[in-house]
Amino acid sequence: MPFLKRYLLPRIVQYLVVIFIGGTLVFIIPRLMPVDPVQQTLQRITIQGAFLDPRAIEQIRETLLELYGLKGSLMEQYFALWHRLLRGDFGPSYVQFPTPVMTLIKISLPWTVGLLVTTTVLSWTVGNILGGIAAYYSHRRWAQLMENVAMVIRPIPYYIIALALLLLLAYAVPIFPVTGGFSIGRSFVLSWGLVLDILKHAFLPALSLAIVGTATWFMTMRLLVSNLLAEDYIVYAQIAGVQDGEILYNYAIRNAMLPQVTGLTLSLGQIFGGALITETVFSYPGLGTLLYSSINSGDYNLMMGITLLSVVAIATGVLIMDLIYPFLDPRIRYE
Amino acid sequence: MFKVLTSLLRQDKRFLFGFIVMVILLAGGALAGFSPHDPRLWSVVPRDLPPSSKYWLGTNSMGQDVFWQALWAIRNSLVMAVIAVVSSRIIAVAAGLLAGYRGGLIDRVLMTVTDSFVILPLLPILILITSIFKSRLSVTSLGILLGIFGWAWDARVIRSQVLSLREREFTYTAILSGMSTGRIIFREYMPFIFPLITATAMNNMLWAIGMEVTLAVLGLVSLEVPTLGTMIHWAVNSQAMLLGIWWWILTPVVLCVFIFLALYLLSLSINQFLDPRVRVQRLQEIKG
Repeated sequence: MPFLKRYLLPRIVQYLVVIFIGGTLVFIIPRLMPVDPVQQTLQRITIQGAFLDPRAIEQIRETLLELYGLKGSLMEQYFALWHRLLRGDFGPSYVQFPTPVMTLIKISLPWTVGLLVTTTVLSWTVGNILGGIAAYYSHRRWAQLMENVAMVIRPIPYYIIALALLLLLAYAVPIFPVTGGFSIGRSFVLSWGLVLDILKHAFLPALSLAIVGTATWFMTMRLLVSNLLAEDYIVYAQIAGVQDGEILYNYAIRNAMLPQVTGLTLSLGQIFGGALITETVFSYPGLGTLLYSSINSGDYNLMMGITLLSVVAIATGVLIMDLIYPFLDPRIRYE
Repeated sequence: MFKVLTSLLRQDKRFLFGFIVMVILLAGGALAGFSPHDPRLWSVVPRDLPPSSKYWLGTNSMGQDVFWQALWAIRNSLVMAVIAVVSSRIIAVAAGLLAGYRGGLIDRVLMTVTDSFVILPLLPILILITSIFKSRLSVTSLGILLGIFGWAWDARVIRSQVLSLREREFTYTAILSGMSTGRIIFREYMPFIFPLITATAMNNMLWAIGMEVTLAVLGLVSLEVPTLGTMIHWAVNSQAMLLGIWWWILTPVVLCVFIFLALYLLSLSINQFLDPRVRVQRLQEIKG
């Protein structure tokens, strides 16, 4: 089947190459590190506890080497890493020893996914619709106003927008709670109060993400649609008297959708890297905060785990996208 | 080149704005050399003074003059970004030219690697790297590091341009008249590729400065060197806002917004200038 060979196979190869490069980078980088994690842990143990038998230390050392995957030659370590990764085992956290990295990730993941999936999908939808409309009616005053607002918001570093919102709506006009994902000391029994509390805490981070996301999707969609408007088939439809709404939705936006769908998958894949900045600014208990605390405490296993997870997630997202692309774009199907 | 610049300045307000802002910032960065204080030293001036005629932008809690600190920050951030841009341009142009011109297996291998770098989540990987080098990461090495990771998308753009150039008449004429590959690429293709390099360079610079701010805010670069990112880092970590020292935090934030807006407008305007459809329109306007 030519379709399988020419379309599918290269994509699967690409998928494997991305994961291979990601895994190799994650393997090499910590080994450039001047500090020895085993030595570090041993030091921590000896500082905490009192005197330890030299033989006991040697034994702990051996166990640690094995646990951290530092046993044997570089090649052996490299294969051991892949062996562990394929089983979804990222090893124990260095700092919160012996809790496995996977457990820590599992606790934080729902917070991040909940926040980011909602805001990404929401801003994607709103941004695309508004962008299409603004491109179609680009000579109206309100369309130009929208474009200018988006143009100013888009290049501003996200961090600064988040900070500004926090200052404005949590300190200056304290409508929303400053930090956290829920009120401290609240019990996790499912109730309306809990849901409301979580939503209230998620509002500011969500708002900041939505503002930036909407502006970005808006700008790209506006550009795509305004390029399409010069196409012959649209000019023809206009001359033929097809209604504006019909042209906008069925002729322009629909054709501009393909690259946007690709963009959506990519940004959904990014979620697993955690919204690092959002979560640190708002102290939201997700993957980003976990990553941040692992940076501060030098917990390389945890950092590696999160990094690899996001590599795999993005690569998988792109692969899935490639697999459903033929259903969206007839040009690929009949090639 | 000069002609293009003047016509862009005259016709496009966005380009004019971006250009003026960048010229002012570059001049500011150059002035940093006349700073009366060493930017790394603390307690050279009284602490926490609001803006006045003596200290134009006030002083911070570490006893530094915010105005001179900001000039140093602009200089270092721009130097870092330029290093990142130049090194990533070298990789992108080499990969793009090689893949586009040679084609075949080389093209396929190079593009698979390129696509992998496009897909890879760069922030976690950069965090992993910078957290190892942490305080030893100088402005230059951070620039090179960002260059190594920031080339992939632009290599793709250049490759597709070369692919289309390779099929044009003049390429065949050049090959048949015995021009060497190097000469074809530098004499015949560069005029087409150079504008692409400029346009992508603006975007890349934006990305590099933004990445530096992110990494610095997380405390992952050498924090004694004043850059836009480290200035924000110190101000936020010293609770500048809660203490009401707004001039300390606002200065780098406002500077960031201006740099980003300027670079973004420049890249938009150059891209539009390069768009063949807009070019045709412009020619028609000149004629009519």
